[in-house]
Amino acid sequence: MTAGARQPVKISWLRIIAAATVFVAFIAAIDVAAHGAFLSRGNIASVLSQISYDFILAIGETFVIITAGIDLSIGSLVSLCGVVMAIVANSLHLSGFLLIAVTLVSGLAVGALAGYVNALPVVKLNLPPFITTLAMMQIALGASYMLSHGRPVALVSPAFGNLGYGGFFGGLTGLLHVQGNLFPIVWMLVVGLFFSTLLTRTRFGRYVLAIGGNEEASRLAGVDVARAKTLVYVISGVCAAIVGFLYMALFSSGSPQTGTGNEMLAAIAAVVVGGTSLMGGRGTIVGTFFGALLIGSLNNAMNLLHVDSYLQMVVLGAVILLAVALDELRKRYL
Amino acid sequence: MRGIAKAFPGVQALADVSLSLGGGEVLALVGENGAGKSTLMRILAGGLAADAGEILIDGKRVVIDAPRTAERLGVGMIYQEFNLVPQLTAVENLVLGDEPTRRGFLDTSAALERARRIFEELRIAMPPDVPVARLSVGQQQLVEIAKVLSKRARIIVMDEPTAALTENEIERLFALVERLKAAGKGIVYISHRLEELARIADRVTILRDGRVIETRAERAFPEDEIVAAMVGRQLDAHYPALPPIAQSAPVVLDVRSLSRPPQIDGLNLQVRAGEIVGLAGLIGAGRTEILRAIAGADVPRGGEILIDGRVARIRSPIDAIGAGIAFITEDRKAQGLVLGMSVRENVTLAHLAQYVNRDLMIDRAREARTTQRMIDELDIRTPSTEQLVKNLSGGTQQKVVLAKWLIGTVRVLLFDEPTRGIDVAAKAEIYALMVGLAQRGSAIVMVSSELPEVLGMAHRIFAVRGGALVRSFAHDEATPDAVMLAAAGAAA
Repeated sequence: MTAGARQPVKISWLRIIAAATVFVAFIAAIDVAAHGAFLSRGNIASVLSQISYDFILAIGETFVIITAGIDLSIGSLVSLCGVVMAIVANSLHLSGFLLIAVTLVSGLAVGALAGYVNALPVVKLNLPPFITTLAMMQIALGASYMLSHGRPVALVSPAFGNLGYGGFFGGLTGLLHVQGNLFPIVWMLVVGLFFSTLLTRTRFGRYVLAIGGNEEASRLAGVDVARAKTLVYVISGVCAAIVGFLYMALFSSGSPQTGTGNEMLAAIAAVVVGGTSLMGGRGTIVGTFFGALLIGSLNNAMNLLHVDSYLQMVVLGAVILLAVALDELRKRYL
Repeated sequence: MRGIAKAFPGVQALADVSLSLGGGEVLALVGENGAGKSTLMRILAGGLAADAGEILIDGKRVVIDAPRTAERLGVGMIYQEFNLVPQLTAVENLVLGDEPTRRGFLDTSAALERARRIFEELRIAMPPDVPVARLSVGQQQLVEIAKVLSKRARIIVMDEPTAALTENEIERLFALVERLKAAGKGIVYISHRLEELARIADRVTILRDGRVIETRAERAFPEDEIVAAMVGRQLDAHYPALPPIAQSAPVVLDVRSLSRPPQIDGLNLQVRAGEIVGLAGLIGAGRTEILRAIAGADVPRGGEILIDGRVARIRSPIDAIGAGIAFITEDRKAQGLVLGMSVRENVTLAHLAQYVNRDLMIDRAREARTTQRMIDELDIRTPSTEQLVKNLSGGTQQKVVLAKWLIGTVRVLLFDEPTRGIDVAAKAEIYALMVGLAQRGSAIVMVSSELPEVLGMAHRIFAVRGGALVRSFAHDEATPDAVMLAAAGAAA
C-alpha cells in the first residue's frame, strides 16, 4: 500500500489513554473492595518494594527478549551471585561503605561473566539462547549449592542490615511514615532509568532494537551484531546480580534457594505483559515496569482481599494471558 | 466484482472498482505499486473485507468472508511469496490441509496418486520426494499452481509470477497458462513486466490510485499507452542517457583475484569513477555472490580489494562500509531494512556513530534533519520521518535503502536487483539516481535479472557464469542475444 497517512503520534496517545483508563479503573475497583487499604501510603510503598526485585530482573530480560532471545538463567544467577557476595563479604576485613561496594562489585562481576558465557555459544555457534541459558540455569544453581554447601550463608557484618530498615533508608522510611523498605525502590528507579535511557537514547539501544527487528539487515548495515548480543546477555546477568544483592541485604544472608522459585517466570511475564514482543524488535523498559506493576498490584490486591493463595496462582496466570491477548487485539484494531 | 471500495486509515485504497473475467481468459491487472492491485485481490481471496461493492461468480452474488470461502468458490491465489512448507515435499505440500487418510493414518500412496494426476494434467515433471526448499524457484511455483488446481480453482490469480523466474522457466509458465486457458480457467495476471502482456494477456485493466482507469483488449493497447495510463503521464525514454566517462577517470574499485569457494575463484574487476558496470547472468551464476564477497557479507578467502588505489581489508560489512562500499541488497525486506522501524531509524542505521553526541546520546533532531534532507533529495514519498518503513511502497522502500547509504561517504555502490518489484515510475527515478551517483564520481556495479535493464544502464556489461566474468561487452556492442549466449555458455 501507499504510505498511508497514519499518524503514529496520535495512535500512541490513544493507547496511553486507553491503558491509563483501564489501569485507574482497576486500581479504584480494588481499593473500594479492600476498603481503602490498597491505596494507603504504606501499601503503595510495600507494593513498589515488592515489585522492585522482579522488575530489575525483568529489565535485563527485556533487552534479551528484544533481540528475539531468552534468558532462563536469571533466577539461578540471583542465587549464585547472592551466595558469592555473602561469601566475599564475610571473608573481607572491611566495613561500612567500602565493604558494601566491594561486595556488590564482586557480585556484578559474577553476573556479567555468566552473561558473557551465556552469549558466547549464541554469537559464535549460533546456538539457540533457550539451550545455552537453560544450561547456565543448571550450572549456576549447582555452583551456588556447592559454594554454600546447600545452606544460607549468613552475613557477619551488620553493614548490610542498615540498607534495609536501619541507616539512611530506615530513617527515610520513618520520615515518610511508610512501611516497607525504600532501599529496593531506589535501586529500581535508578537501574530502571539508566537502562531505559540506554535502550531508547543510545547507539547500543538502537542496535538492540534493530537486531531484533532484522538481524541480517543490521549486520549488512555494519552493526556489530555479536558485540551487541553479547552485551545484552551481560546486562541480563548484571541485573540478576543486583537482585541477588538486594535479596542478600534483605535477608542478611546469601541463600542458594533465593531466586529459584517463580522469579524467572515472573520477570518474563512482566516483560511480555509490558508489551515487548517475543519475536523481537519491539519493547520498552517503561512497559516492563507497568507489566511488573500490574502483576505486583494484582498479587497484593488478592492478598488484601484474602484470596486463597492457590487460587491466586490461577488468577495470575489467567491475567497474564488476558493482558497479552488484549495487547494483540489492541495492535490489530486500535 | 462490482463497485468495490476499501479504505484504510488515511487512504482510500479502492474506490468503485469493477472488473470482469471470463472463463478461458487472461486478464492482466497492471498499475503502479500502491495502485490497489493487491488490496483488490486480497478482497477476492477473502483475506480482506470490502467496505462496499459485490462479487458475482457465474452470475450469482457471493459473500467471500474468509480465505476458505474463496477456496470453496474456486478462487485460487498464487502469491509472489510462496506459501509452501519448505521442509515438506512437493506431494506433501500439494495435499497439505486435505491429506488423504486411511483408518486415521496418512495414506501416502493415495496422496502420491493425486499429485501424479495433477502433475500429469499440467504436463510437468516434478520430483515427488524432495523437500521443496531444494527445488528451483520455478519448480516451487509449479507446486503452488498445482496446489491451487488440486482445490478445483476456476479463477486463478497470479501475482508477479515471473519476478523470480529464469527465461526458460518463464517460457514454461506461459505454456502452462495457455493450457489452463484452454481448460476454461479464468486467470488474473498481475505483472510489472509490460513486455509480457503482449505474450499472454487477452485484456488489460489498469488501476491507478484505487480506481480503474481503463480496460481494453491487449491488442488495442500499445505498451507506451499502458505506461501512460498507469502513471497518468507520458514517460520519457525508459533509461536515462549514460554520461560519458572521462578518459582520465581513475579506477575506484579494483578487485584482484578475489576468491570465495565454492563459487568465486580468482575474480578480477576494475570499475572507474563514474562508471556503471552491469553483471548479467542466469540465476545461480554467482552474480549476487560476487557482490556479497566485495561487500564483506560473505568473507572472501583470497585476493584483495583496492578502493581508490588503497588496499581495503574487508572481513565484514563493517570493514566494507569503512572503505566506502555500499551494498544495496536484492531482498529489501529481509536484508535491506528493519521494517518495524521508522524511516529515520533506517536511514541512520549504518552511520549511527555520527549522530551520537558527546553525552553518548543519539541526537534525534540531527537524525531527523538528515533524514528530511534525504527525503527531499530522493523524493521519498513518506508522510514523515517517523513513518514505519513497512507502511511504504516498494519503490519508496528502495529509496530509503539508498538514503541509508548516501548519508555516508560512498565510493562504490553495489546494486543487486535495484528495481525488483517496483513500478515503472519508481524504476525511472532509481535509474536517474544511479546515473547521478556515477556522475558524482562513484563506481557502480549492478546485478539484474532484467537484461534490458543491464543493457540500458551499464557502460560495460559482463556475462557471468559459474562465478566468473566470462565475457565483457561495451554498452554499444551489447545485444540481448549476445549477452545471454555468453551467460548461458556452451549449453545454449
